[in-house]
Amino acid sequence: MDGGLASLFEAFDLNTAQSMSITYVDAILQAQETLLREDPRVFLYGQDISRFGGAFKATKGLAEAFPGRVLDSPISEDAMAGVAIGAAIEGMRPIVEMQFADFSSIAFNQLVNHAGTHFYRTGVPVPITIRLPSGGTPGSGPFHSQSMEAIYAHYPGLVVVTPATVSDAYHMLIQAVAHDDPVIYCEHKFLYRWLKSPSIQDDGLSLGQARITRPGKHATIVTYSAMVHEAVRAADRLQAESGWEIEVVDLRTVKPIDMDTVLASVARTGRLLALGEAFPWGGVTAEIVARVAGEGFHLLDAPPARLNSRDTPVPYHPNLWAAHRPTPETICLAMRELLSF
Amino acid sequence: MARKVFRAMLEARILEMKLSSLYKAGKIVGGVYLGKGQEAVSASLGAQLEMGRDFFAPLIRDQGGRTAFGEEVIDCARTYLGSVLGPMRGRDGNIHRGRPQQGMFAMISHLGAAVPVVAGALLAKRLKGELEGVVGATCIGDGATSTGAFHEGLNTAAVERLPLVVVVANNQFAYSTPNDRQFACADLLDRAKGYGVDGHDLDGTDFLQCLRVMSEAVGRARAGHGPQMVVARLLRLTGHGEHDDGSYVPDTLRAGHLGRDCMDVAAAQIVECGYATTAEIEAWREETGERVQAALAAAQQEPKPDPWTEVWQACSKPLI
Ligand SMILES: Cc1ncc(C[n+]2csc(CCOP(=O)(O)OP(=O)(O)O)c2C)c(N)n1
Repeated sequence: MDGGLASLFEAFDLNTAQSMSITYVDAILQAQETLLREDPRVFLYGQDISRFGGAFKATKGLAEAFPGRVLDSPISEDAMAGVAIGAAIEGMRPIVEMQFADFSSIAFNQLVNHAGTHFYRTGVPVPITIRLPSGGTPGSGPFHSQSMEAIYAHYPGLVVVTPATVSDAYHMLIQAVAHDDPVIYCEHKFLYRWLKSPSIQDDGLSLGQARITRPGKHATIVTYSAMVHEAVRAADRLQAESGWEIEVVDLRTVKPIDMDTVLASVARTGRLLALGEAFPWGGVTAEIVARVAGEGFHLLDAPPARLNSRDTPVPYHPNLWAAHRPTPETICLAMRELLSF
Repeated sequence: MARKVFRAMLEARILEMKLSSLYKAGKIVGGVYLGKGQEAVSASLGAQLEMGRDFFAPLIRDQGGRTAFGEEVIDCARTYLGSVLGPMRGRDGNIHRGRPQQGMFAMISHLGAAVPVVAGALLAKRLKGELEGVVGATCIGDGATSTGAFHEGLNTAAVERLPLVVVVANNQFAYSTPNDRQFACADLLDRAKGYGVDGHDLDGTDFLQCLRVMSEAVGRARAGHGPQMVVARLLRLTGHGEHDDGSYVPDTLRAGHLGRDCMDVAAAQIVECGYATTAEIEAWREETGERVQAALAAAQQEPKPDPWTEVWQACSKPLI
């Protein structure tokens, strides 16, 4: 393992003390257990999710606990989304597990054209929740690593959430299912087992509200999902090495964007880096920069910056993968450039 | 049943001919897509379904089915004419309309997409313990059987053994593309076997056969025999839309058996079997013509959507 990758794992070692017991994927499992227990309208639909418990074990034990409500689907992402839409119109609250976010491309039409247009066209909302196991992990390669949030966020009528913490993974899934509109729930695979917490906390935030994860005054990093942890790590390093105090904003929901929190942070710091793991063309970071430039130009002391993955498919080999996505090193470089303007 | 289906066919034909005139007079913006020649197939399906209990996802050429299922003429008139009082309020037009809360889904353009959605509604009924005696039906063209959504949806319905009736109107062309550029199996009906569902062959120009086959297919679904696939052979007696003259359909086909107008066949059969007299049919024609005319005239007078007061909101509960 080369230095870059080792340091990446080291970031999470800080969070894996023995006392910490609930993982990010456990939180997703627990949320689904709660939902099935408390809401008879909820059912789960996806590939290998029934007795097998899902490719990532996010539904482990649920088929036995809730007979007939955790259903294996054929390998038919279009039909999975279509079935969920029909069931939701008929009063249910389906949760669909895509085996990997990447395969939701097959369901794209149903999600953006059917679910996304339905309320505007007919006045009838479509309360589906689509779970997308997202983002890169070492060795997963081009087709099991994608971050699809920007694709879905582009279309009207969909809410897109990207929880970065164990507690958010739990609460935002509960909130997603309670919400009347379609929610694309992007859960980060890298966080599944690395990210642990002693317990699930509720800080009262709702869907659509961002969080200041780390306060600071010299510059703002606006980010989401697994990159929140990389941003915090970079911020800690910049503080330790040079005394910079960097504020990290976790968007939590990327559609819609909590611009109040983003602009308030930029107003405090005067500098912005929009950080994301997704491909660099367009996307969430471009949206943040465009909005801050448009709505808060007067707040900026430096040109707003963006950092994303490289503009290639996500590579397979860990050496390449670790250099494809932003890392604390590249984030620190981008921040030093921003701070020296 | 014969009388109900025939009256729905009549209403569909009269309504659609008037829509065509309005389109040609420049009164309708966008496209007009008609089901001329397909009324018997569509209406005989719609008449087997009960609004409020069953689900129906009509497609492009299903005015007959919509009417038989219970859609009001005014819903159609308002949607084509962009009235803000219609179910789509000017936000969508023409055939892209429905009342999902009454079990009639509003199609999206993407062909095949309704198949899994109807399956999902049926699955919901099963999960709620309310599936007994319920049927969901959808229609599709020969061309749309080539989509992934059609395959995924029908296969999924078959795996779950849901009471889904898929009616394929094989009008020999998908827009201009003939069957031999669309699929390579000898008969679309062969696919039913592959999906593990019951298949029903149907001469879509034959009114009495339509009544019999739809009754059987819907009845079998209702009785718990799983998905049913009906393949109707026919021809559309109009262009793909009213902008198209359909000149790619060979004259020999038009002159042959499939080129028969199901309305004429139905009228003859209905009189012959004693379901109605010629005089009754004429009276129906007159009454329907007046009703349709009144609906179209009313919809033309109604307010159109106003961009200034439009609620430009795609989500039901905005988070911010
Ligand atoms: C997925 C998709 N691709 C293309 C189109 C454009 N399109 C609309 S109708 C049509 C032909 C449909 O043919 P068929 O399914 O045989 O039905 P028919 O029009 O003959 O009733 C096409 C290609 C579409 N609506 N959806």
